[in-house]
Amino acid sequence: MTAFDEWYGTDRTPRDMIREIDRWLQAQPVEELGRKRDEANILFRRLGITFIVYGREGGTERLIPFDIVPRVFSAAEWRRLEEGSIQRVRALNMFLADIYSKQEIIRAGAVPSDLILANDFYQPQMVNFQPPGGLYTHVAGIDIVRTGETDFFVLEDNLRSPSGVSYMLENREVMMRLFPDLFATFPVAPVNHYPDDLLRNLRAVAPRGVDDPTVVVMTPGFYNSAYFEHAFLADQMGVELVEGRDLFVRDGVVYMRTTEGPRRVDVIYRRIDDEFIDPLAFRPDSMLGVPGLLSVYRSGRVAIANAMGTGVADDKSVYPYVPDIIRFYLDEEPILRNVPTYMLRKEEDRKYALEHLGELVTKEVHGAGGYGMLVGPAATKAEIEAYRARVLDDPANFISQPTLALSTCPTFVETGIAPRHVDLRPYVLGGDRFSLVPGGLTRVALVEGSLVVNSSQGGGTKDTWVLGQ
Amino acid sequence: MLGRTADSLYWMARYMERAENVARLLDVGLRMALIPSAKETRDSAWASTLEVAGGQEDFLQRHGEISRNHVIRYLTIDPENPSSIYSSLHAARENARALRGTITTEIWESLNSTWLEYRDLDEGGLHARGVRNLLDWVKERVNLFRGVANGTMLQDDSYNFVRLGWSLERGGNTARLLDSKYHILLPSVADVGGAVDYYQWGALLRSVSAFRAYHKIYSNVIVPRRVAELLIMRADMPRSLHACLNQITATLDELCGRRPFECRRLAGELHARIAYASMDAIFAMGLHEFLTEFIDRNSDLGTQIQRDFMMLA
Repeated sequence: MTAFDEWYGTDRTPRDMIREIDRWLQAQPVEELGRKRDEANILFRRLGITFIVYGREGGTERLIPFDIVPRVFSAAEWRRLEEGSIQRVRALNMFLADIYSKQEIIRAGAVPSDLILANDFYQPQMVNFQPPGGLYTHVAGIDIVRTGETDFFVLEDNLRSPSGVSYMLENREVMMRLFPDLFATFPVAPVNHYPDDLLRNLRAVAPRGVDDPTVVVMTPGFYNSAYFEHAFLADQMGVELVEGRDLFVRDGVVYMRTTEGPRRVDVIYRRIDDEFIDPLAFRPDSMLGVPGLLSVYRSGRVAIANAMGTGVADDKSVYPYVPDIIRFYLDEEPILRNVPTYMLRKEEDRKYALEHLGELVTKEVHGAGGYGMLVGPAATKAEIEAYRARVLDDPANFISQPTLALSTCPTFVETGIAPRHVDLRPYVLGGDRFSLVPGGLTRVALVEGSLVVNSSQGGGTKDTWVLGQ
Repeated sequence: MLGRTADSLYWMARYMERAENVARLLDVGLRMALIPSAKETRDSAWASTLEVAGGQEDFLQRHGEISRNHVIRYLTIDPENPSSIYSSLHAARENARALRGTITTEIWESLNSTWLEYRDLDEGGLHARGVRNLLDWVKERVNLFRGVANGTMLQDDSYNFVRLGWSLERGGNTARLLDSKYHILLPSVADVGGAVDYYQWGALLRSVSAFRAYHKIYSNVIVPRRVAELLIMRADMPRSLHACLNQITATLDELCGRRPFECRRLAGELHARIAYASMDAIFAMGLHEFLTEFIDRNSDLGTQIQRDFMMLA
């Protein structure tokens, strides 16, 4: 399986826009690159940019490896990614508004009703409730992979509380510190206004009649793997970072406990899952949530971003229908393609997938973070058989996709500069319109030949450049 | 500011101060161990070091008997001892981690790199480095933390909670240090004013950086009463009870404004007891009784501060 290389194309010569950057890269002595990488690591560690890997001793802190070779898109490539991502998120917002009200898409038969109504992430509490501005996804992360010059596929939509944007911002910050000359030479579009855009959008959804809304970022706490990001975003927006225990509900209003007494909260950018947000409405054992929060939300006296119940639209079992969802609501053809997906709940798909487990990527419908998935071509016979047993146990819980030859980018590894597979997560912000900052999080599989880019599985990140005209 | 944020700021400062105080305490223990004395006296000196630091029972359960190396290990790198330097630096850093949006990058970086360097220290590393050198390093890092906090923090409420944390912790520690040494430092009346007494009280003074100050102020031999006066009543001694309470009341004035908080009343009351105390009355009451009462009241004040500002559910 030969992969498309984003710098050198298929004929091993740098593509036009890359030529100058490649010349710069080739001129760097390996020792110099090594020195810069060490410097970057020191910066990241000193800034405390770590994430938590679960499983061992209740989670250990680690640094996500950062690769100093940037990933580069042309303005035209970016335009297409931007339009494609926005199109998807627009359609998914209309989908959410529909399934929580008239359910026209179900009546039209475009999406099976049990897939929606029996979905664990479908929130009956959201039925007939219109979030401010009809907006469900204030922040969406769209996972995109590339297999050729013009072949982009959406792997996954993340509509709950996608993380990683802090790496996009910090990677740029560190690159600008390490290589100021590069940014003077190449027209790299800035991304650092992301927190400003986010704050503006959050303020805009405040309850009616509130002129100067109090916005907060809500985190499950500092044992959460993305805690650093929550703190970072709160800091960048200049708002409080709260935990559930900092908030309380009284007389139909949400307050936070401050040293000056209770202070009213108008907008909550929450980085905590639906089921933990209000122990009265969802999991009664949740220590992270705020009792009574949902009823305040439903009465319109506090805004929550993202809205409750968005998980039903980014579920892997709904994913195969997204192209139809786009056609249904927008009457447009999808700009970005879906990866062909076998739904193992369907007999025909199951039969095919079980016969071809060794060629396919198989994953759990609700899985995330690269845990519990099987990459067929990279797995041993024993691993495949063990996985087969799991699938047979509960087929509806799995989907399979062909193993894509993810594009590669030059990456600085132990042996020098070598191609490694990458993916991309741009972030779509929802406000009075949907928008993206020109960039995103590029994840790179540092192990030679590996297609798994998740940081929990040894993946790293790169700065993502969009070149201006 | 969030009550929880205030709480983290306050405890971040307290734990850093505690790390320094344990270092100072151990430092005085090591100095005293250099003074020739009977084995029982040395053992009881280490026992009192443990008593001031807390955790004597836990220590005896795990180690059986008190020995120099075990005490050093217990107070410096033992993660199971909640008041070891290790645990204090860890707790300070965890509080700081919860404050990433509040404290300056410089504070975080200084705390984080202190922790990262200390974290990997084992017993071999400890002795290779030299215990005294390590204690000096800890004091230096805490001084750096204070300097960075003073030099980079916006002087708003968050700064005030940091200052509250360190003055409360410091006052309690000075009182405990003085109290425990008072017991063991008077082995017999014959020794008072003698060479042993000079070294032992001298070590105590040095541990709170007051040795030179003592001589500058009193130009006279070291006697317990003056040491007590210096560390209790002198407002110009940075680690004295009086200085700590001056700091606490001034900080609370800023934080409370016109609000009639109970913690401000408690602080005022305690401040008056120290500022208008007389050494004759203290010694008539008994220094030990006086210090014990101070320690209790100081800790009640800490609890009341949390109740008044931090609204913890």
